Amino acid sequence: MTQTLALSAVTQPSQNTIPNRSYWHVVARQLRQEPVAMVSAVVLLLIVCAALFAPWLAPADPFKASMLKRLMPVGSPGYLLGTDELGRDMLTRLMYGGRLSLLMGVVPVFAAFFIGTSLGLLSGYVGGRVNMVIMRVLDVFYAFPSVLLAVAISGALGPGMSNSLIALTLVFVPQVVRVAESVTTQVRKLDYIEAARMSGAGSFSIIRVHVLGNVLGPVFVYATGLLSVSMILASGLSFLGLGVKPPEPEWGLMLNTLRSAIYSSPLLAALPGAFIFITSIAFNLLADGVRSAMDIRR
Amino acid sequence: MFAYILKRLFYALPIALSVTVVSFMLVYLAPGDPLNAIAPADAPADVIEALKSAYGLDRPVPVQYGLWLWRALQGDLGTSIASGRSVVSEVFSAVGNTLLLAGIASGLGVLVGCVLGALAGYKHGGGVDRAATALSVVGVSIPHYWLGLVLTIIFSTWLGWFPAMGAGPGGSTDWSWDWEHVRYLVLPSVTLSVIPMGIITRTVRALVADMLAQEFVVALRARGLGGMAVFRHVAKNTAPTVLAVAGLQVGYLMGGSILVETVFAWPGTGFLLNTAIFQRDMPLLQGTLLVLCMFFVGLNLLVDIVQPLIDPRMGRG
Repeated sequence: MTQTLALSAVTQPSQNTIPNRSYWHVVARQLRQEPVAMVSAVVLLLIVCAALFAPWLAPADPFKASMLKRLMPVGSPGYLLGTDELGRDMLTRLMYGGRLSLLMGVVPVFAAFFIGTSLGLLSGYVGGRVNMVIMRVLDVFYAFPSVLLAVAISGALGPGMSNSLIALTLVFVPQVVRVAESVTTQVRKLDYIEAARMSGAGSFSIIRVHVLGNVLGPVFVYATGLLSVSMILASGLSFLGLGVKPPEPEWGLMLNTLRSAIYSSPLLAALPGAFIFITSIAFNLLADGVRSAMDIRR
Repeated sequence: MFAYILKRLFYALPIALSVTVVSFMLVYLAPGDPLNAIAPADAPADVIEALKSAYGLDRPVPVQYGLWLWRALQGDLGTSIASGRSVVSEVFSAVGNTLLLAGIASGLGVLVGCVLGALAGYKHGGGVDRAATALSVVGVSIPHYWLGLVLTIIFSTWLGWFPAMGAGPGGSTDWSWDWEHVRYLVLPSVTLSVIPMGIITRTVRALVADMLAQEFVVALRARGLGGMAVFRHVAKNTAPTVLAVAGLQVGYLMGGSILVETVFAWPGTGFLLNTAIFQRDMPLLQGTLLVLCMFFVGLNLLVDIVQPLIDPRMGRG
């Protein structure tokens, strides 16, 4: 799929015939006409704002426990979404939890985007032995199912947030490199690159001016698609006890600590997961919107 | 064909070898001495030396790897530090349970995904298409560990139809194919099947819609072929791609089941990995990872070999 995706995207920017409008302008305008993508964007914006402004918006202290007020049901007076197994306000913890969950979901994708694009450009542009070495080394990572790889790496490094971030980045880098490399290899052979080289442009400026513009699009689309996977995996690692450590609020970890309450207060126990789900589906739908908006020839 | 299989086997060998390297080197990612897990912090120097030579840790790393690989090839993956039993026996009983769960789940997911995807592809733009598309988006976006919890709440806590955890009555781990045992399989396998279901639905829908728009289908129809006959052609042309995607998904489920196994306390490799990680049982971690990945490599190889049987064009390339 990445192959066809990359192929279809290579020639797009140059096909932009609308005068005085940049490619990204057209994409943004196209995106605004997709209702599903726009709704997802609004939902994401709300979640991000709630997480970002949690210290000012949240009704309570996320760490203040109360043995008397444990597992109060959703809709209790003073506790809109109830309290968790230690009597802490759920709404507050869900808002604060979004900070770490979003951070842990987004950071690995960003890191993989930068590392993967650089490696892919290098590998695709230089070609030859360098390409072979880089791609064969990355092939090894494909021999591991991604969840298994993430769990194994962060398990070996030991539980903790930064280790999970490293593990997830390592899982995504090879995938991004493959996309970037395949586009770069295709672009490199085009005539205008040859022309640029003949007119005396150095490798660095050819990559920066002529190659990067073609590569960023497909890689960007691929990376947006990774966001939801990353959210699910990051919270999953915390759910296993490999990511964020208690008492820090994080959706996956909250889901884990509330598991003992699935018989007494099932609604409460399912709540943190619902937020992971909403965020991940919003990321997915937005990514779909971006993908079809960038497919301008359609 | 024979040459093709040989070539594939030849390609798989370096991958398999590098998997062993990564599995082995994982221990050295861990901070601190690998001995930390075995020896108490205040152990006297001569005890530590004795332990080091007992585990072969006093030799250079490449030698250690060579020895480990040599023993692994003979079916010896060392001794679990946590339980004191041989890693091979621990891993194989757990792998059986994981393969059972992943196998049923992927069968279910691929079957439902193919049917839904084909229907959606045929009724492009209609109600069925929209429903299938929505379902596939949900399938790929849902955190499956959460879905497991939600299904437990609905079907176990509220309705009481299926047990919430374990793999047999009274916590037994001996599997048999009667209702008493199969009941335990229902919730975990349905939970796990959602991942391949979403992706297969998406793939099949796109492929079928694409195929139906092609000229050869128009030609077949123009020749007066009925719906079923045309469908046979479409199915034959989509099969290789679907097989490749499905094969990959089955493999991912072997790793992806870790989280679902934790939710349902299923006695598979997920449980084993958990033990290995939190008790810093490195031989167990290495062994489990190695066996799971070898299955994954083998599966990819199998898909590569089966594909040209369905689509002869691939064998020649």
